[in-house]
Amino acid sequence: MEALLALLIGALVAASVYLMLSRHVVRFLFGLVLFSNAVNVLLLTAGRVRWGAPPLVPEGLEVPLEAVANPLPQALILTAIVIGFGLLAFALVLSVRGVDALGTADLDAMRAAEPRADAAAKEPR
Amino acid sequence: MSSLILSTAARLLVALLLLFSIFVMLRGHNEPGGGFIGGLIAATGFALYVMAEGAGAVRAVLRIDPRKVAGLGLACALAAGLIGVAAGETFLRGLWIELPSGKVGTPLLFDLGVYLVVLGGVVALVLALEEQR
Amino acid sequence: MKTWLIAPIAIPLATATLLVLGFSTPRRQHAVAFAGTLALAVAAIALLLGVEREGILVVQAGGWAAPFGITLVADHLGAAMVMVTAVIGLATVVFAAGEVDEPRMRFGFAPLVQVLLAGVCGAFLTGDVFNLYVWFEVMLIASFALLAIGGGREQLDGALKYVALNLISTLLFLSGAGLLYGMAGSLNMADLHQRLPALGQPGLIAAVAVLFLLAFGIKAALFPVFSWLPASYHTPPVAVSALFAGLLTKVGVYALIRFFTIIFPREQIGLDGVLVVVAALTMVTGVLGAAAQSEFRRILGFHIVSQVGYMVMGLALGSPLALAGAIFYTLHHIIVKANLFLLSGISKRLSGSFELARSGGLYTRAPFVAVLFLIPAFSLAGFPPLSGFWAKLLLVQAALELAQWWVVAALVVVGLLTVYSMTKIWAEAFWKAHPDGDAAWREPLAGRERVLLLGPVIALALITVWIGLWPAPLFELARAAAAELLDPTAYVAAVLGGGTP
Repeated sequence: MEALLALLIGALVAASVYLMLSRHVVRFLFGLVLFSNAVNVLLLTAGRVRWGAPPLVPEGLEVPLEAVANPLPQALILTAIVIGFGLLAFALVLSVRGVDALGTADLDAMRAAEPRADAAAKEPR
Repeated sequence: MSSLILSTAARLLVALLLLFSIFVMLRGHNEPGGGFIGGLIAATGFALYVMAEGAGAVRAVLRIDPRKVAGLGLACALAAGLIGVAAGETFLRGLWIELPSGKVGTPLLFDLGVYLVVLGGVVALVLALEEQR
Repeated sequence: MKTWLIAPIAIPLATATLLVLGFSTPRRQHAVAFAGTLALAVAAIALLLGVEREGILVVQAGGWAAPFGITLVADHLGAAMVMVTAVIGLATVVFAAGEVDEPRMRFGFAPLVQVLLAGVCGAFLTGDVFNLYVWFEVMLIASFALLAIGGGREQLDGALKYVALNLISTLLFLSGAGLLYGMAGSLNMADLHQRLPALGQPGLIAAVAVLFLLAFGIKAALFPVFSWLPASYHTPPVAVSALFAGLLTKVGVYALIRFFTIIFPREQIGLDGVLVVVAALTMVTGVLGAAAQSEFRRILGFHIVSQVGYMVMGLALGSPLALAGAIFYTLHHIIVKANLFLLSGISKRLSGSFELARSGGLYTRAPFVAVLFLIPAFSLAGFPPLSGFWAKLLLVQAALELAQWWVVAALVVVGLLTVYSMTKIWAEAFWKAHPDGDAAWREPLAGRERVLLLGPVIALALITVWIGLWPAPLFELARAAAAELLDPTAYVAAVLGGGTP
């Protein structure tokens, strides 16, 4: 199971790197989303995978009856998903605004903050 | 965009989603659920309403700025942490009182804070996106 | 005493809550923000004194004992960083009251600054890897918003690049944390210090260490992953630039120092060679990049990169003196760099532009501002008797002791090149006449604005001079912090053993 998940993580990261190398801002964001998901699966895998044993203590007992899945990675993933969701939502809004303001979705053409030396010389300010 | 079907359905669905979100938040106490997912469900309701009626209608319905909702949530979460300190325990210590219906404690207050932060934050983002157009 | 440990996190968060819920006029927002940051400074002083008196302070959040719960720890390094965070917070909050415009205030500038301060303080005080990730995120999301709000094209462009690269860094950090947990079954820093050597897998541990090096390297703007910094730091309002320049990259440096002493001690990892080379290249590229720029804040941005190289060099050399030098350097640099950014804002306000070619004549127009610029500029370049001299001296001395001759050469040469850039700013913005003549002059600073803009600059300059004239207390602090890091027995004992749950 771990080997399969490791392969999945590898495939996700490969796809995300490919997307992030793109010059289009939306593809870059998709790459980031995939990367974020790959990391979440990695957290799950790192905590060891166990089938069908939710870490819940039955009523009236203090400890679970049988071996259960490790709850800590799940808590970590939940936190990571929550944070990742917030950051990506913000990044999306920012990109929409940025594309509107800059008039391009091409990351290489976004040079408002760092004008090329020759462009700055030509453009009278 | 205005569609009769969407805006009629949205009215019903928003109420349902809000109710469901509170149920999910309270359920999170002992079972899957919780403040984050509850807040998201509630925010989905408002997002639906934004699509049906536009950002202005949602602002009018909400009455207060969604960022203030998030601020209120932050206050709840912080209070949940500081009650522990005030009671002479450590920060974020869970404290409980017995009620006839069950135990109520600071973790619930914290969850309510998360609910409000998520609701306020996501609605603010959705409104920002909508008003951009 | 231990309750003070929560205060540097809780006070800014409470202030942020107050600012969101009430106090709608900008003036009241500034007043509340100032009061909150002042309270933070008081708490930071109390914390530092507490650490001096009682040693390492520990709080187990929620009462869950380490290593199961989240531990908050204040040692000398953490407490000192919180202290300097409060100082920079105060300076920028005051400066912002004189600079930030009303649309930005309405968008929530003041509460965002407080959330940022809470995130930075949380990062300095946590003793848990995953909790550090959470504080990084708190800090990041506030910094994203501060960078983007009220922005025109330049600001959005800078913010996009900043956000994109920092998100990648964040994900690398999270992967590292996941792998670390998978190997050791714990994310408590003190617990990791004990568990990792027992695993007997130095190769795997080194691989994870590299992941963290890359993640924090992006945050700290190390070579070759620094390009987001000069692309974004010159775009937001000056108060935000100063806050970022002072604190954010230094949180990355702090994390590097913390991780590569307590979790990955140098004798186990064998990354010293890599770190030394990376640090040297960071120093050199930063200073050369600065030499090629002609905009006030972009020059300063590249200098941050160069100076971060110095700090990491101290960590890479690894001797107690070098580490103390790195910590001394970090503390001094935060104050000096924030001050230079604030001064760039005053220069813009008086001469109308950040472009050096479009400004000038400040020396005749505002000689007092010129003197105020010279103090941090000379300190950054390392002139005696200012704070930067002692910081560089410590590093050079450490390198000499270790007989790393080429490191000594790099430290000295980069220092000289720093003087070159500072001279360029001086000659262009202060010395030469304004290209547009007297007509270009904005009205001089007066009344409230004068106090709000010059006050923080004077205060930070005085701190620089004070450290320069009496370096001993800060040096002792840095040495105590370095000793705690290099021999974490006390740290481990404070976190894991005897701490009341």
